[in-house]
Amino acid sequence: MIYLMYVLMFGFLLTAVIGLLASWIDRKVTARVQYRVGPPLMQPLTDIIKLLGKETLVPVGASKTAFLLAPLVGLASVILVSTLLWLNNINPKESFIGDLIVVVYLLTIPSVSIIMGGFASRNPLASLGASREMKLILGYELPFLLAILVPVIKSGLSIRLGDMLTAQMQNGVFIGSWSGFLAWLVVIFCMQAKLGLVPFDVAEAETEIAGGAIIEYSGPGLAVFRLMKNMLLFTLPFFVMILFMGGLRFDGIHFLYGVLKYVGLVALITVIRNTNPRVRIDQAVRWFWGPMTMMAIAAVLLAIWGR
Amino acid sequence: MSMKLKALLKSPWVFHLSTGSCNNCDIEVLDCLTPRFDIERFGMILAGSIKHADVLLVTGSCNRKSMIRVKRLYEQVPKPCLVVAIGECALSRGMFMHSYNCPVPLDKVIPVDVYVPGCPPKPEAMISAVVKLIEKIKKEKLEGSSKRK
Ligand code: SF4
Repeated sequence: MIYLMYVLMFGFLLTAVIGLLASWIDRKVTARVQYRVGPPLMQPLTDIIKLLGKETLVPVGASKTAFLLAPLVGLASVILVSTLLWLNNINPKESFIGDLIVVVYLLTIPSVSIIMGGFASRNPLASLGASREMKLILGYELPFLLAILVPVIKSGLSIRLGDMLTAQMQNGVFIGSWSGFLAWLVVIFCMQAKLGLVPFDVAEAETEIAGGAIIEYSGPGLAVFRLMKNMLLFTLPFFVMILFMGGLRFDGIHFLYGVLKYVGLVALITVIRNTNPRVRIDQAVRWFWGPMTMMAIAAVLLAIWGR
Repeated sequence: MSMKLKALLKSPWVFHLSTGSCNNCDIEVLDCLTPRFDIERFGMILAGSIKHADVLLVTGSCNRKSMIRVKRLYEQVPKPCLVVAIGECALSRGMFMHSYNCPVPLDKVIPVDVYVPGCPPKPEAMISAVVKLIEKIKKEKLEGSSKRK
């Protein structure tokens, strides 16, 4: 029962509220960078309410079940991940062994749901977007996993998120060391690709393939996809915070630091997205398999060496 | 007013459709997105796909070839939706009035909610048209005499 409350309160509600706020920060900062005023505070919520009230159209010849189920699959996995992360943060002792692996797996499912929806909608542009998303996953998963090895090694070969938090509480945050910093850099780039933001928004590419995999979605389906993306904008930075930056602590001044860390990460994502052009899919894969993987391997070696 | 409609008026996403305009109207539409006018303040953004849109923006004269597509696109917008005709061409065919290829103006083909005259209209005119549109819907709702669903 208590876990159900965790899922609803923290996993869904709190994450959704913070995610919507973060997406507002993202849009507002973008507007300010371009000398515009930007949307009002409630805009992301208004968008979602509006989309929920619109008609759902299923394209002729599409696989109806897969098409309508895909957004829900993605949303459900994001809710689960954020519940796990919150649980770890509130009480590091309560997590189970191997929850790091569960989180890493669940974090791939939003991308898989986008692929599912894209292929189910029987639109050539959507298929193109979905196949690009697939290649992108192949690209970034390798350096992402290698970079996650660094906190694992540093916390004494533990695959429990709780252990990582306690290790960082005792010996300082991982990002302070050389290996930790390198791995953090790699993870930031992978996060940008996982969020599907510029420069790695090849799968959606509004100006090129008109929305890509989500082109055929309308009304509630699109609303759920947007909510999923907004929630990811909270979940992924939070995951990075737990892995490298000591997570969110609730005692006194540390809470303020935690909030600042999060806002800083969101601002960093926004700045990257506003100062870069979109790369091609082959460039993206080459970037992840080349320099990023090299950097991640270097970070792992340094971590084994004890730096 | 229902929450649904309120939200719709606060975040109208626009799909921009050119049925063969001379491109001047389209440039003026894009002007509305620039820092000077910035319609994202009102929650408007350009949608890439017709399935995401709430407002269909039509520029250009209605010729025999493109009208088939316009009808098809109008059927694809998820309802409730609004149609805005921009520029003299879309309103009354402008200088193509006597052309063999433009038999009827736009509002004979699909229902139009707002007309923005001009060749091309100024961005200010477009924004004032949208304001009028929002006022109109609000009033219709209050009087309860709306045909819209
Ligand atoms: S109304 Fe004038 S500016 Fe607009 S498309 Fe027609 S000719 Fe061009």
